[in-house]
Amino acid sequence: MNSIIKVNQLRTVFDERVVHAGLNLDIKQGEIYGLLGPSGCGKTTLLREMVLLQKFHGGEINILGYNLSTINQKDSQALRGQWGVLFQAGALFSSLSIAENIALGLVEYSDLSKNMIDEIVAFKINLVGLKPADAHLFPSQISGGMKKKAALARALALDPKLLFLDEPTSGLDPISAREFDALILKLRELLGLSIVMVSHDLRSIYDTLDRIAVIDDKKIVYEGNLDNIRDDTSEFIQTFFKANS
Amino acid sequence: MTTPLLKIEQSSSSLSLYFYGDFTLYFVSKYEAQIKSANFDNIQNIEINLDNVTYLDTAAAIFINLIIEKVDNKNIKYRINSVNIEFLDTLALTQKYKSNIITQDAKKEQGYRYKLGEYFYENILGLFAFMAFLGKLFATKIHFIKNFKQIRFKEIFFEMNESAIKAIGIVSLTSFLIGLVVAYQSAYQLKLYGANIFIVDMLGISILRELAPVITAIVIAGRSGSAFTAQIGAMKITEELDAMRTMGFDPYMFLVLPRILALMITMPILIFLADIMGIFGGMIVANIDLGITSEMFLSRFTEVVDIKHFYIGILKGPFFAFLIASIGIYRGLIVKDDTQSIGFNTTKSVVESIFAVIVCDALFSIVFTNLGI
Repeated sequence: MNSIIKVNQLRTVFDERVVHAGLNLDIKQGEIYGLLGPSGCGKTTLLREMVLLQKFHGGEINILGYNLSTINQKDSQALRGQWGVLFQAGALFSSLSIAENIALGLVEYSDLSKNMIDEIVAFKINLVGLKPADAHLFPSQISGGMKKKAALARALALDPKLLFLDEPTSGLDPISAREFDALILKLRELLGLSIVMVSHDLRSIYDTLDRIAVIDDKKIVYEGNLDNIRDDTSEFIQTFFKANS
Repeated sequence: MTTPLLKIEQSSSSLSLYFYGDFTLYFVSKYEAQIKSANFDNIQNIEINLDNVTYLDTAAAIFINLIIEKVDNKNIKYRINSVNIEFLDTLALTQKYKSNIITQDAKKEQGYRYKLGEYFYENILGLFAFMAFLGKLFATKIHFIKNFKQIRFKEIFFEMNESAIKAIGIVSLTSFLIGLVVAYQSAYQLKLYGANIFIVDMLGISILRELAPVITAIVIAGRSGSAFTAQIGAMKITEELDAMRTMGFDPYMFLVLPRILALMITMPILIFLADIMGIFGGMIVANIDLGITSEMFLSRFTEVVDIKHFYIGILKGPFFAFLIASIGIYRGLIVKDDTQSIGFNTTKSVVESIFAVIVCDALFSIVFTNLGI
């Protein structure tokens, strides 16, 4: 399988603090790939660098064949059309209702009829487990878990090939979290989605992820599938996986 | 890669739709138009062929489901051909989660009397809420007087620096320019009557008594009042205020009172500064335009301008400061849980505090005139 994301010798520095030094990653198409690591190790930073929100200071990141250091305006717009991003707190636009939030990308980037957009929005709302009656509520009127689901529906609106999820199951109740996992697996199977996620939810990690990368001490200390992870001697992996088994 | 397209083959009683290439939401409306233009009379069989489709997204699947639904309603037989099982799964998935957004009933248009009443009622409620805020503020002040040691001096000094000391530049510049402009405009009129020297009386009284306090208040309302609203509103959205409450830190003690006290203490100082700069601006114009030297200006100034005008101007400071700070903070505290609300309340806070300052100034005018001061 071909890689869709390649990170090579990445270096990130905040003022004096080095966050990543010589970090390498390789994410294949159709994979559900997890980024793990202790708090403050730069998982979210890495995710933000991948989605063009943050500049990095050395090395290179390649996504879907584009080199992010040299990408031009037009290509980056094209790239943005091919991925969906779910932020940790949802980041729904507070001036728009849930249905409008989901429809926004469809309205702006496609020439679909109003009727068709309504159908798609209703489907996505139902798919992520929200009720049709919630569609007209505004982000300030719904709970944190519902925000997360609505944000996922928005990320999925344009049927992206690549999905970035920042702690998708945090803040969800256990039932919704498991439904979320099942949904992700289903979408991957049907649409050939590739998914990159930051997660701390062990159930979710074991149920959904194909491969993981553990970031610790500025670089990847482990990359591979979950079968051999317990043999690894790194401190984070030992405490995280052993303590929870 | 096959180019995405739709071929429609039609015979007397059957219609075949052949889809090619990537079938994604970007092609749906094109295909929709194509299918609409086809003739459906006398059609009894429809074949939807996905054999040559390389990728089917959910929007396209929904589109196909809609076609099937329509066809079904017309009692036309249909058949879906796909070599790719996953496409059928996608179709089944979209069918399974199909739903309809319940369209909201459009709000019944109310008459103007209803709207007027609603508006009035909301404003009355707002006024009551502001009263409640003032009451809480008063209670906190009483508490402070009883427990003098609990006053947060550190916060007060910090706020004095933030909202007043840092405003010195803009306040001085504004009042200097106002002094300049007023003097320049009146110099022209006074010259006509040869009453040049009276510019001193005019500037002295108008600037000390009215202009300096009001201009300072307006600048501070725009600069610091709006900052209070935005800061406290953002803290409310991020639940910092709630966090403070649960930790036992009363926001009135830690945020509200220090800001109000800081502004009440520094406002008279700013007005004093504005007096100096305004008079200075007027003096320059008097010198250049009317030939009144600064010695003449100042000796005339001490002769004709009573000290009471200065005191009245300074006295207004704490009142204006209280209005600006309390409105700004109150507006920050009622920010709702969305980002738009911060902008709305910040605008409101500036408009309302400037309005309140001017109303207060008018009241002072009436009171002082009636008292003969």
